[in-house]
Amino acid sequence: MPETKIVRRKWCAGLGIIVATLLATIFSLLFSAYPGRAARPETDQPGAECLACHGDKDMSTTRAGKTVSLHVDGKKFASSVHGSLGCTGCHADLEGKELPHGTPVAPVNCGTCHPTEQEQHARSLHGRAIAHGDPLAPRCVNCHGNHDILPVKDPRSAVAALKVPFVCGQCHREGTPVQRNRPIPQSNILENYSESIHGEALLKKGLSVAPTCATCHTPHLILPHTDPASSIARRNIAATCTKCHSQIEAVHRKIIRGELWEKEANVLPACVDCHQPHKIRNVFYTQGMADADCMHCHADQKLRRARDGQSLYVDVGELSHSNHQTNSRNQKVACSQCHSEVNASRVRPCETITHEVDCSSCHDEIGKQYQSSTHGQLVSKNDPNAPSCKECHGTHGVLGRQDPQSPTFATNVPRLCARCHREGQKAAVRYTGRQHEIIANYTESIHGKGLLKGGLTVTANCTSCHTAHHVLPRSDPESSVNAANVPTTCGRCHHGIEEQFENSIHAKRVSGSAKELPVCNDCHTAHAIRRTDEDRFRLDIMDTCGRCHAEIAKTYFDTYHGKVSRLGYTKTAKCYDCHGAHDVLAVTDPRSHLSRANVAATCQKCHAGATRRFAGYLTHATHHDPRKYPLLFYTFWGMTTLLLGTFVVGGIHTLLWLPRAFQMRRELRAAEAEPLAAPETPASKESADA
Amino acid sequence: MPKAGVTERQFVRFTRLQRILHICMIVSFMSLALTGLTLKFSYTKWASVLSHLLGGFESAGYIHRSAAVVMFGVFTTHLVDLYRLKKREHGSWRALLLGSSTMLPTRRDLTEFVGTLKWFVGRGERPAYGRWTYWEKFDYFAVFWGIAVIGSTGLTLWFPVFFTRFLPGWFLNVATIIHSDEALLATGFIFTVHFFNTHLRPEKFPMDITVFTGRMPLEELKRDKPREYEALVASGKLEEKMEEAYPPIVIRAIRAFAWVALAVGFSIVLWIIYAMLFAYR
Repeated sequence: MPETKIVRRKWCAGLGIIVATLLATIFSLLFSAYPGRAARPETDQPGAECLACHGDKDMSTTRAGKTVSLHVDGKKFASSVHGSLGCTGCHADLEGKELPHGTPVAPVNCGTCHPTEQEQHARSLHGRAIAHGDPLAPRCVNCHGNHDILPVKDPRSAVAALKVPFVCGQCHREGTPVQRNRPIPQSNILENYSESIHGEALLKKGLSVAPTCATCHTPHLILPHTDPASSIARRNIAATCTKCHSQIEAVHRKIIRGELWEKEANVLPACVDCHQPHKIRNVFYTQGMADADCMHCHADQKLRRARDGQSLYVDVGELSHSNHQTNSRNQKVACSQCHSEVNASRVRPCETITHEVDCSSCHDEIGKQYQSSTHGQLVSKNDPNAPSCKECHGTHGVLGRQDPQSPTFATNVPRLCARCHREGQKAAVRYTGRQHEIIANYTESIHGKGLLKGGLTVTANCTSCHTAHHVLPRSDPESSVNAANVPTTCGRCHHGIEEQFENSIHAKRVSGSAKELPVCNDCHTAHAIRRTDEDRFRLDIMDTCGRCHAEIAKTYFDTYHGKVSRLGYTKTAKCYDCHGAHDVLAVTDPRSHLSRANVAATCQKCHAGATRRFAGYLTHATHHDPRKYPLLFYTFWGMTTLLLGTFVVGGIHTLLWLPRAFQMRRELRAAEAEPLAAPETPASKESADA
Repeated sequence: MPKAGVTERQFVRFTRLQRILHICMIVSFMSLALTGLTLKFSYTKWASVLSHLLGGFESAGYIHRSAAVVMFGVFTTHLVDLYRLKKREHGSWRALLLGSSTMLPTRRDLTEFVGTLKWFVGRGERPAYGRWTYWEKFDYFAVFWGIAVIGSTGLTLWFPVFFTRFLPGWFLNVATIIHSDEALLATGFIFTVHFFNTHLRPEKFPMDITVFTGRMPLEELKRDKPREYEALVASGKLEEKMEEAYPPIVIRAIRAFAWVALAVGFSIVLWIIYAMLFAYR
């Protein structure tokens, strides 16, 4: 809009000029006898009278001891955007003055024709400096030139895109009086700009749409970033950048989702927090703008918070090794990106901080998971035991989980979780479920041994099953360890097993049973998982299966396999040796290991040469069930009758014998007591006794 | 009391082979019982401890089968010995089996049994028993029965794959029941009734070791087997059957062995009682 206004105004001015020129011509014809003017040459040129003197290249004057040229290049002026106005269009105070005019000449007031620009300039840093009488403050002429002003679009213009950096650089270059003597927080501005992606585009690639100084700072309303009205104020910077980067939200990191980014610019990092002004590179950014400022105070080891005496010391060494400084993407994170409430316009930028660091402003997805997890829920209830990000990840020294030094490195995870979940610790004492001695059991489990003794970092640790950030109790349907999700969770590593299991009778999909069916941990336990070839596992499995299959497990112990197992030996067939482990199916299923077609082969695993008839052995037989196993039942009772009968007859016979036997003993002893009565009594037996 | 330098002459009741066979039988029977019962009573802590003591169930099974082979050997040797006895002393099976010292039950055994019962209840004198009493004959044939029943089922369980070529699979279950219950009967009977009848009778307490020494004092023969004694005296063959008694050291060794066997037997009985009455499932 302003441009069209300017155009219209130029048109008006142009018409006025034409009318004025015509009138002036007529006037001059009428008064051609006027002696002073008759001698003027080149009367067709605008301002020809002025050029009579000012056309002289040597014309000059002395101001404040300096020689100042008063030469005006007529040709350039004529081809300039103001050429048609004539001299007095701008030097209005000379209109109609006698020539040669007196000095000094009043300063040109561009605002006569450019009131908006003048008003903006007056409000700007530059304008205010002029008002203060700052001799270094730039006026229109300093940037735009004077008699040779060309349209901005003209590449030859002093303020053409390609020239803007140099125009500004006249003052804002290292070593200039402005840069040296005025409070300008940035240094090496021109140099940095020329090396930035913007500067490179403009100066090396000639991309005339590339942003120049004026694109961000505006041409006339240049204000410091501390001024809320400034185009580069924290609150406005996003709007300024999106003038060009209008779709940045769609393609940029998630944290910069439109609204929040603009409305809560004080909370979220502003563009310049990452993309430092002037240095904007086509790479990720090397240093937070405020890091050095922060360290000014926080490098002090004695720095403590007044409120509670907590140390506020930041160990630069620790920080420099953290994942936020040395990650694989070479993306360094500045203090203010985490401590985002800092306000750089304050003397103590951190005094505006009111909240803890919110990691989810970058780690958005993880933050959402965490919020819904038990840990996150406890935090939102202000529970003093609740672990926030830093309990596990640390603070300034945060390391990636690939780093063996990190508490979240695979082999360190059990120790990390144990800090709260070991028996007696703060999480364990609140826990009301069935799992106890979690850490001790895990350490002795196949997973624990693999990880901690074998050093096998791919072995399941706490987070492999419980997830790292979405930790939920087993009862929650969303939990990775909820019964419905356990096969999938275990299947992430044990995929082949999961496939078998999903096709077994224990899978709901296959059995269609409404009963509660077993999942991995029902047989393998949750934390004390053993190797399945370990004795304890092989011996416990019968009881494990027996928790549901009570009757069949009981009768198993009535047969050879079961009896040997009962003695504590693992070599005889256990449940899964015959029925299969994860691929267990109903024996009526043709695919079952015990189907008609497969059973002999199953027996042959141990009994070489076993036939289909051999497989007729009743592995779960009991002699207590006359309907199911009449033959065994009657054999058993037949044998028992025989046994009892024999014992009854033998027992009665013996008992009846006893009194007589004692009588005989007494008689024998009596006979021995009379040695003379029986001198020939053999005594060998007694002698042996003695 | 023995007089120094004078060795007593005793009646020889068992031959050397018979005594050796009995000792082999004791050893194999005890082994079979111990190893077998660990399986039968696998649900007791006892069984588990014993099984581990024996070197595990496979080792126990190996001992069990070796002992079974010994038992079969004892049985076969005895049959061969019978054949030689027939040739040596009787000339024909008929003479052996129907003679005065036959092991087969006879009408006289029935009368003696009835007579014994009468004596028990005080309504008669003690019968004058011959060489083999009816309870000794019962014990003798119990072994035949046991070897047949337990041995055959045992073989089925030893070679299940072979036997199920012509027998149904469930027969193994039946064989298990028969094998184990018959074994229970055998051990129970041997370690109580047999122990009492032949070793522990009060008048012979603490122990009758005739089966190990092969000899018994003449007085004892007169008292226990009066009919045999009289027959020997009548035939004049008694003196042929008399030999010198073993020296005390041998007797002591024999007694030590017998005590061990007795102790094992009684332990097994106690275990069986415990397992059957207090831990049965």
